[in-house]
Amino acid sequence: MKLNLEEQAMLNGELGEPRRWAIEHMMRVGRFFDAPDFVEVTQAHIMADTESLGEAGVEFLEQIAAHSHNERQVRIPMITDPRGIDFCHYKRLKQTDLMASLEQRAIDAFEAMGILMTNTCINYQTIMPPVRGEHLAFGDTGVVIYCNSVLGAYSNFEGGPSSLAAGLTGRAPRYGLHLDQNRRATRRFRVDWEPRSLSDWGALGGIIGARSGSYWEVPVIEGITTQPGSDEMKHMGAAMASFGSVPLFHMVGITPEAPTLETVCDPCNLPAEVIEAAELEAFFARYGGKGEKLDVVVFSAPQLSLLEMQSLAELLDGNKLHPQTSLLAVTSPVVAADARRMGLVERIEGSGALVLEGMCFYQSYAREMGVANGWKRLMTNSVKLANIIGGYGYEPTLSNMENCVASAIAGEIV
Amino acid sequence: MDIIELNCHVGVGPVVTGIALVTDDNFSARYDLDRIAGIFSRPQHKLAGQSYVDRIMVFNTAKGGVASAWMLHEMKSRGIAPKAILFNSVNPILAQGAALADMAMCDRFADGDVTQLIHSGDQVTVNPDIGLVTISRA
Repeated sequence: MKLNLEEQAMLNGELGEPRRWAIEHMMRVGRFFDAPDFVEVTQAHIMADTESLGEAGVEFLEQIAAHSHNERQVRIPMITDPRGIDFCHYKRLKQTDLMASLEQRAIDAFEAMGILMTNTCINYQTIMPPVRGEHLAFGDTGVVIYCNSVLGAYSNFEGGPSSLAAGLTGRAPRYGLHLDQNRRATRRFRVDWEPRSLSDWGALGGIIGARSGSYWEVPVIEGITTQPGSDEMKHMGAAMASFGSVPLFHMVGITPEAPTLETVCDPCNLPAEVIEAAELEAFFARYGGKGEKLDVVVFSAPQLSLLEMQSLAELLDGNKLHPQTSLLAVTSPVVAADARRMGLVERIEGSGALVLEGMCFYQSYAREMGVANGWKRLMTNSVKLANIIGGYGYEPTLSNMENCVASAIAGEIV
Repeated sequence: MDIIELNCHVGVGPVVTGIALVTDDNFSARYDLDRIAGIFSRPQHKLAGQSYVDRIMVFNTAKGGVASAWMLHEMKSRGIAPKAILFNSVNPILAQGAALADMAMCDRFADGDVTQLIHSGDQVTVNPDIGLVTISRA
């Protein structure tokens, strides 16, 4: 890779060991993907939950944090994805003191590096939405696909180590979605029906993700006439990334890089693949459970927006959860503070539900929580969560928010 | 003993030799493994119940979220990890994870589908620096 003078100085260790590690790490990745050089990035967002970090990952962060102040500070604004613990509620969730202690060590290391503990996967709704053309180093696949697709920013999926390296250097290797030629559509999907709920939008994302099936595919969607909002795009993108590792999609007439189909592909050479309405039904049907006892309802992945919190409060008003069923509503610290100020948290928790902030259910030792609390049958309106959580020993049911709440009140899947 | 050489894209990690464990399935460090026991744990995975420890793993592609980038490092720190992972095509997350863990990883094989070219039980040497995988087959 071609290095400028500053990058060469970093590699020589002249700017400290953390930046030497960071530039060398990114050169290895850049070489793997034929990056010719680095691109300057303006923000970094790091996913580093302690379940995936483990003791070794936390020690790695602590080693960087142990360097002098100047050597360990990130060079660009850098924020965090959800943590694994909500310190106010971890005992109620039957997470352990060991988990909390590991979490605190990771937080201490991040703060020593000057990283802002935003603890959110909806930073594009709540913190600092990127603008079109902005090059980023974002973690969390849902964050990356939203910022690329809906906002027209440029980011690859950056795992925690690479996000950290980008934060320390202000750079990322120039490959993948930092290059315009890789943002052209490679798959074309026609949808002649209209998604109605957030879970419908998620299911559409899941179907397209599964059909695309690769980081290197870029779907373009045509035919939908309903105007999606930010939450609709959030659910669709998160599901598409989860099912297909897809980091970018276009929607004709909606997303900024696709004012027309012709802008993102040559329609003559990219035949449309039709997604039938029956596929939506079949998608939901694969997550069964009707009539079964319900252990836990989870609204998470992505964290809830303020508007989703409002919808949930309205559905729960005047109702009590079934005594054998838990309901967890997971949101960001920013949204939680607003929701508390506006009385939404009180309304939600008045039903017996629990509002959790700054964490995400599947990044929070979900397997251990399931065993400790006896949770097996889980219901959610998040297609991403339904896709993931089976791997943690749960039996997921997917439906819209209204049915999830009704089931939590009934104590069984309705 | 037959010696077969496969050319691939330049990868990351050290030169390693080991016994291959091959599937045409995909791979997620987060969702497919019991990382404590060192086995494939997701019942639907084609290698369910088998150990990946010290194997040269061969998959079609990588799945899963960004958390996987930390997990290879965590697995290697406990000595319960594959020696190398080969893919037809890998996403950035796993490549980044291999770079952190200093684990051998390569993809984009010139001679076709690597899950067919390498057989379980083959002795395999991976040289990521020059993009060369050598199979010794009895």
